[in-house]
Amino acid sequence: MIKCPENELITIEKGELLSRCMEMKKSGLRLSQACAAFCDGNYELSYSFADDETYEYKTLRLPAGLDEEIPSITDIIPTAVFYENEMAEMYGVKIQMISLDYHNKLYRIEEEAPLLPKDAKSTAQ
Amino acid sequence: MGNISVVPFGPQHPVLPEPIHLDLVLEDEKVIEAVPSIGFVHRGLESLIVKKDYNEMVYVAERTCGICSFGHGMGYVEAVEKIMGVQIPDRARYLRTIWMELSRMHSHLLWLGLLADAFGYESLFYHCWRIREQILDMIEESTGGRVIFSVNKVGGVMKDMDAQMLGRFVEKLGDVEDQITGIRKNFLGDKTVQMRLRGVGVLTKQQAHDLGCAGPFGRASGIATDMRTRGYGAYSELEFEPIISNDGDSYARCQCRIDELFQSIDLIRQAASAIPAGDLFVPVKGNPDGEYFMRIEQPRGEAVYYVKGTGKPYLNRLRIRTPTFANLPGLCETLKGADYADVPILVLTIDPCISCTER
Repeated sequence: MIKCPENELITIEKGELLSRCMEMKKSGLRLSQACAAFCDGNYELSYSFADDETYEYKTLRLPAGLDEEIPSITDIIPTAVFYENEMAEMYGVKIQMISLDYHNKLYRIEEEAPLLPKDAKSTAQ
Repeated sequence: MGNISVVPFGPQHPVLPEPIHLDLVLEDEKVIEAVPSIGFVHRGLESLIVKKDYNEMVYVAERTCGICSFGHGMGYVEAVEKIMGVQIPDRARYLRTIWMELSRMHSHLLWLGLLADAFGYESLFYHCWRIREQILDMIEESTGGRVIFSVNKVGGVMKDMDAQMLGRFVEKLGDVEDQITGIRKNFLGDKTVQMRLRGVGVLTKQQAHDLGCAGPFGRASGIATDMRTRGYGAYSELEFEPIISNDGDSYARCQCRIDELFQSIDLIRQAASAIPAGDLFVPVKGNPDGEYFMRIEQPRGEAVYYVKGTGKPYLNRLRIRTPTFANLPGLCETLKGADYADVPILVLTIDPCISCTER
């Protein structure tokens, strides 16, 4: 039985996102999940990478403003496409240059950014 | 160069248990590219965190899907318990493990039936589902529900399986094991079935890793990852190894899932013989204040439960990343170069659960 290491959270800045993801990929880790959350007026973007041999789980945490443009990691990790489309559709995260962009119609939801609180939506606009 | 055409597959299709749409770019009868499109069963379950407190959200989490329901409830409560530092009783850990393995069995048997139906072996489909009914009977007897168990709560479980019940279940599983041995011969030994599955949709180990494939879909390509080895529930006290194959084709995926049925029976036997006496739950006070990524092994693979609380009864975020969501890129890759006639089989070999994917 593997003694599983605890999850590791690494806070990064926008400029580091692509290089850190490349670093994770080169270390042999796979992208396990990516999601957005909204806390204290800002987005918290999480990109989690898993090691299939040691079961390490490292999450890159990127705090971002509501109007901040985030670069897509799909050029480095193509499988991030659905995660990024979900972040954009559910929370209105402005992710640039997603390789396969569903233009906020991945889940075909009529309401824009349905998981973003209403008062935050009006601030963003 | 042959004729290029774009053929829609789904959202309604006889082999699809749930709606998913694929735009298949074909050159004559070969698939060049597949572009998936989902969103037909999105229910916005994660948005219910503003209406249901963290105790009530168990019921929402387990309704993410009707096939892997127990796993969703378990993954969610384990994440909350981790944030709140709750140590559940040992008996509760074992009970969760037994129910999880029963859930895995009913899911794999459901899938085997659908696979048999997909290649036209209808009698085998009914046979698989008839065996599955025995598992569902055990689940109903122990929890009150056939697919939605509603036994998980933050702090433990709400129902018990006494020694007599466990003894009966272990005995019944002996019969089930014999029946599965019979269908294993049909699935893996029948020449016509082999012709439909062998060499179809091959994914190498490197491809499976790069595409982030999870569960039996990845293990069939040689990736020996099984979240149960992380030791949640009672798995740290049970003996087992991940079931893998190196062939990476549809036959290997079928073989892995059938062998996992036997593994689940063995795990239930081990857990039933080692389950300690004790309480079913501990009282939990307060609200979750923190965040955690809990990973469990659902029947379809690694499922990630991200829970974030800020000290209030209502969570800040619940995000369920299901294994089918992770396996979609792998599916699209296996479809490239495949015959159009093999598309239904290949879609089924990832064991798609679209309700889980879309929530």
